[in-house]
Amino acid sequence: MSALVITDLHAQVQTDTGPKDILRGVTLTIDSGLTHAIMGPNGSGKSTLAYVIAGHPRYTVTSGSITLDGVDVLAMSVDERARAGLFLAMQYPVEVPGVSVANFLRTAVTAARGEAPKLRLWIKEMKEAMADLQMDSSFAERNLNEGFSGGEKKRLEILQLGLLRPKIAILDETDSGLDVDALRVVSEGVNRFREATGAGTLLITHYTRILRYITPDVVHVFSDGRIVETGGPELADILEADGYERFTTVKTA
Amino acid sequence: MSAVTITPPMDLAPRVHSLDPDAFSVPTARDEEWRFSPVDRLKHFFIADPAAGFVTATGAGINLVPMAEVASSWIPIDLPSAIARAHVSKAGVLEIPAQAQWTEPVIVDLTTTAANSYQHLEIVAGHFSVATVVVRQTLTGNVSGAIIINVGDGAQLRVITVVEGEFSTALALQMPIIVGRDATFTGALATLGGGAVRVQSSVKYSAPGGRAELFGVFLADADQHVENRIFVNHDQPHCVSEVLFKGALLNPGARSAWIGDVLVRKDAIGTETHQANRNLLLSEGSRADSVPNLELETGDIVRAGHASATGRFDDEQLFYLQSRGLSLDEARQLVVRGFFADVLGRIGDTQWRDELLLKISDRLGITPMEEIDE
Ligand SMILES: Nc1ncnc2c1ncn2[C@@H]1O[C@H](COP(=O)(O)OP(=O)(O)OP(=O)(O)O)[C@@H](O)[C@H]1O
Ligand SMILES: [Mg+2]
Repeated sequence: MSALVITDLHAQVQTDTGPKDILRGVTLTIDSGLTHAIMGPNGSGKSTLAYVIAGHPRYTVTSGSITLDGVDVLAMSVDERARAGLFLAMQYPVEVPGVSVANFLRTAVTAARGEAPKLRLWIKEMKEAMADLQMDSSFAERNLNEGFSGGEKKRLEILQLGLLRPKIAILDETDSGLDVDALRVVSEGVNRFREATGAGTLLITHYTRILRYITPDVVHVFSDGRIVETGGPELADILEADGYERFTTVKTA
Repeated sequence: MSAVTITPPMDLAPRVHSLDPDAFSVPTARDEEWRFSPVDRLKHFFIADPAAGFVTATGAGINLVPMAEVASSWIPIDLPSAIARAHVSKAGVLEIPAQAQWTEPVIVDLTTTAANSYQHLEIVAGHFSVATVVVRQTLTGNVSGAIIINVGDGAQLRVITVVEGEFSTALALQMPIIVGRDATFTGALATLGGGAVRVQSSVKYSAPGGRAELFGVFLADADQHVENRIFVNHDQPHCVSEVLFKGALLNPGARSAWIGDVLVRKDAIGTETHQANRNLLLSEGSRADSVPNLELETGDIVRAGHASATGRFDDEQLFYLQSRGLSLDEARQLVVRGFFADVLGRIGDTQWRDELLLKISDRLGITPMEEIDE
């Protein structure tokens, strides 16, 4: 059993005009086996939360804490967090020219597992993982994310999720840019991962359509840098029907 | 002594061509052609050394011939090459017979034991021959001189030159390339060693329809100066030139300069030319100069372009890789290998692409994993 515990987290982004406060007191615990959905308007700070957990250098935590199984995550480097079992499927995966998917995946899996997988077994594992996500095996030879469509990038993120098997997965708008078929394939990939590992999952999304495939245990409304409402799966339907207004206007009223 | 030819001062072509060293003034940092060069580290090339040796070329099919018997049409264009030409006693000559189809690369080793050595190597590809030549220039002392490449009509010649050696050494090399009718030349120049390395590659077409590709990779470490000067003289119609050099500057004090001059003469209609230089600065305190020049005397061309960019690591790329568990070092190494992958891929010889990638990885301290090739 693992637990990612976020307590009263405040964070800033470094901008050209100086630091800007974005997270204003996020408190959230994600336990193994549970899936949390976070929904909230554009610019409310959802991706910032994801990046801060992963350790992106552009963000500075000004107060609060993040621990994984009691260990201080904020004291870890980006790669240490990954090796400790945190994974972020990014909203905008980064293109890395000249680095093949196959080479990258093997290097990442070697880092995650602490030893290089045997070449023969590895090729089989990679091919099966690709087939599961209905990715053509030719993607292995392509440069990492370079020239990938939005949907292809998201598939590759979930492919990595399945191979790296983290304790806690954060999926930042993995559903955006996917057509209906791709959404199903990717959601099945996430579900296979959840069932196989019993990991905790934080799903950031704008839409309930992914929640039809991946049922959340808890739904949070995120607004202006913090969680303003928490409920069960039914909260997502209310948000879909009524929008965020009633949660976001509270502050300005 | 031979006549001195002086070309009009406005164009990019070298001003002086002469076999007589006295026709050249001693380079200084104020000269346009030398302003990026560490003239102090090259100064032993500016006066003839009576004790100098000559660079020996060895390899299958190489003939070592007295310089007096070499019928070279190339005329030196700077002081170091004129001195080397005047004093080199023997030349290496590799002739690829007309129509020959060499499937295996021919290796030419250039070595010397003297502190200062003069070099003259000629590679002559006969009509319609196909060959790959790998020139290993290993520096144990200072070397000045030339590698002269003549690509006959319809020939396809690939020359991969690998410069390695001690950081205490210097190299001043002229590499003139003459491309025949409908011939293709692919050059790859990998500068991985040597202290102060200045190579000038000059392409000239002897007839229409030629194609010249010049690819380069270099690594510059602290106290290394790597200078590549390219001159492509499009004076024949319907010729193509494609130039891509990529370099990584590894440590504080590393220096590189890339000067790419392309001149498209009035008669060179239907020209296609593209040149680019990209540099990656891996540390503060290193410097890469990059100067592309394009001079068009006709607008009746297919395409002409140049690009130059010098950048640092992309933080987003490093973050992405690190967020997958790779250490900062692993992430950097992957990005640097990736940076060189495209230009190495364009050499068109997979064995030497891999060999060079291995050498680069080696210099970067990477232990490569077994390759995944299906
Ligand atoms: N590098 C940056 N420079 C300036 N502002 C930034 C930067 N990164 C984030 N912000 C700002 O922080 C706020 C939160 O951004 P964030 O990306 O976390 O929102 P989000 O909730 O993920 O939005 P979306 O739903 O559109 O993905 C926004 O106002 C955004 O403009
Ligand atoms: Mg976002």
